[in-house]
Amino acid sequence: MRIVQELLFVILFAAAVYLFSKKVRQIRRNILLGRDKDLNDHPDLRWKNVFLLAFGQKKMFRNPLVAILHFFVYAGFLIVNIEILEIILDGILGQHRLFVPVLGSLYPVLVGAFEVLAALVLAGCAIFFVRRNILKLKRFISKDLDGWPRSDANYILITEIVLMVLFLTMNAADQALQARGVEHYAVTGNLLVSGLFTPLFSGFSDGTLVLIERGCWWLHIVGILCFLNYLPYSKHLHIILAFPNAYYASLEPKGEMENMPAVQQEVQLMLQPELAANAPASDTMPKFGAKDVFDLTWKNLLDAYSCTECGRCSAACPANITGKLLSPRKIMMDTRDRLEEVGRNITANGTFTDDSKTLLRDYIKEEELRACTTCNACVQECPVSISPLDIILQLRRHLVMEESNAPAEWTGMFSNIENNMAPWKFSMDDRDKWAMEING
Amino acid sequence: MYIKTMAEYAANGETPEVLFWVGCAGSFDQRAQKITKAFATILDKVGVQFAILGKEESCTGDPARRAGNEFIFQMMAQNNIQLLNMYGVKKIVTACPHCFNTLKNEYPDLGGNYEVIHHTTFLQSLIDEGKIKLQGGGTFKGKKITYHDSCYLGRANDIYEAPRKVLEILDAELIEMKRCRSKGLCCGAGGAQMFKEEEKGTIRINADRGKEAVDTGATVIASNCPFCMTMLTDGVKESGKEDDVKVLDIAEMIAQSMA
Ligand code: SF4
Ligand code: SF4
Repeated sequence: MRIVQELLFVILFAAAVYLFSKKVRQIRRNILLGRDKDLNDHPDLRWKNVFLLAFGQKKMFRNPLVAILHFFVYAGFLIVNIEILEIILDGILGQHRLFVPVLGSLYPVLVGAFEVLAALVLAGCAIFFVRRNILKLKRFISKDLDGWPRSDANYILITEIVLMVLFLTMNAADQALQARGVEHYAVTGNLLVSGLFTPLFSGFSDGTLVLIERGCWWLHIVGILCFLNYLPYSKHLHIILAFPNAYYASLEPKGEMENMPAVQQEVQLMLQPELAANAPASDTMPKFGAKDVFDLTWKNLLDAYSCTECGRCSAACPANITGKLLSPRKIMMDTRDRLEEVGRNITANGTFTDDSKTLLRDYIKEEELRACTTCNACVQECPVSISPLDIILQLRRHLVMEESNAPAEWTGMFSNIENNMAPWKFSMDDRDKWAMEING
Repeated sequence: MYIKTMAEYAANGETPEVLFWVGCAGSFDQRAQKITKAFATILDKVGVQFAILGKEESCTGDPARRAGNEFIFQMMAQNNIQLLNMYGVKKIVTACPHCFNTLKNEYPDLGGNYEVIHHTTFLQSLIDEGKIKLQGGGTFKGKKITYHDSCYLGRANDIYEAPRKVLEILDAELIEMKRCRSKGLCCGAGGAQMFKEEEKGTIRINADRGKEAVDTGATVIASNCPFCMTMLTDGVKESGKEDDVKVLDIAEMIAQSMA
């Protein structure tokens, strides 16, 4: 019987890891469809960002109450994973509480601490569930989240609550069995949280208790393996990608826009034709701006997979606040949806086969892009170092430079700059009129 | 006071301490010209040796770049850089956060490396050096002032304290809006929005911001950007308070209070 359980566990575990790594490879492939961009400079500053923004959750603490709840859930999640290591080893080796003899009296202290975290995770998730579904905060009732994204968020919270309940129930039943000296149940001593509930199990027979303990054990670990495979399809992927995303976060001042060396060179040759002789000939016509996910940088695509759909960006966006169509959260969700669609296309066909769709227009409308004031509020607010603005600006470049598609007022502004060196139609000679007035 | 151009300095074989980059709004917009004049007056009074480019100055290219037109940006930027480098410019001060951001952060990629300072930071250093003295009490003593963080000085370049420090010497009562500093609300003009109609929505951005500023009960809204100036002035008008609430640039407030 024991060997059957071990075998079953090993098969399940291997299948879960296999499926997960397959999906991870697909996501990696999708992200690398993006344009190259070297983001490996200043490793010291980048690690600092990982510690401050990802481990330290610095941005989350802009709202301390939520930050604390989120911190419980996050710390609980990280640390409960250590507990899972024992569970996995137990499963493979057919042991029970492998670490008891190794850790001795430290064991109940450690597991007790995990239990406290588990209880905090439970409470945190329950409060988050209420905030989302009963208190209905504005950024959670937004239509950006209609359909799957809203259910996704709730599935995650419910799963975490169930997993924690299973973990605590398992430990409580386990302690009741230990107390009765049932064979195979190593004596750990009292566990901080589940210990409080052992009296509830006193009426059960040994057999029933074993059934409860084993049942919870299996459901807990199977639940975790399922959850692992659910992650890549969910906004919850941020628990992994927040870390690399913080590492590769932009180190430039937020106001700086990415330069376009191809245009820079072309203009240089226009202004100084004498340089043309030495200029390297380029035979490929460069693409200007971004129309589809392939034209964005890999960091933009990593951003898309890292987005938690929290909506802090949109809640701070002046365009969104004043009822415009633009929502930076939707920009990120659209980018991810389009990228996933492209990825499925590649998986099915071997290479990307034209589907006559693009990120621009099929997902993101011109009207959304036009409304952005480039104020950087979205970039400032994002807890996982995402820049929706960077994507917006690249799409705008495509509209203007590839399609000459701009509102008439902008076209006028462009020609004013070109002809009068100012966005307004004033004479260049009047530029220092104010000084002449002073000089008299 | 006589405002000299770089060309005039160069003709005498001299270079001034600092170039005052006026910007398009500061040059052409009637309201913004007052900010320009106020700042020039302060520089003159404290004896900073400065020049302007005059007719040689061009748009930095900021609105074109942000609207998506990189060609026009590059044309403006490379021309400006050639000019600035020809004059050997080292230090630039400007009263426009958009010019500030572009000159400081975007010109270096194209070969234009200068020390670029926004006028509020410059004013703060003049105050720190004791060069700016106010006349007894100052014009704004005891008045309620609220300060609007421009996106391009604040979030884009993390400058929040210098303008507030400058306001401190006015001895006025600074009331912060709920959305301030890195949580500040845009005036609605950035990203070339200044040059076109807003997209359809429930309210205009400047009306929202104007109302928020008026609701603080302040009688002066202090700004640091000619574009915010226009947007906020309209916003205040929309809430019907243009007679009670004035929008002033920090440079104008200092110029008015100086001894
Ligand atoms: S930069 Fe654009 S998208 Fe981001 S908050 Fe500002 S207006 Fe909204
Ligand atoms: S981009 Fe950032 S702030 Fe916006 S929804 Fe995604 S994670 Fe939240």
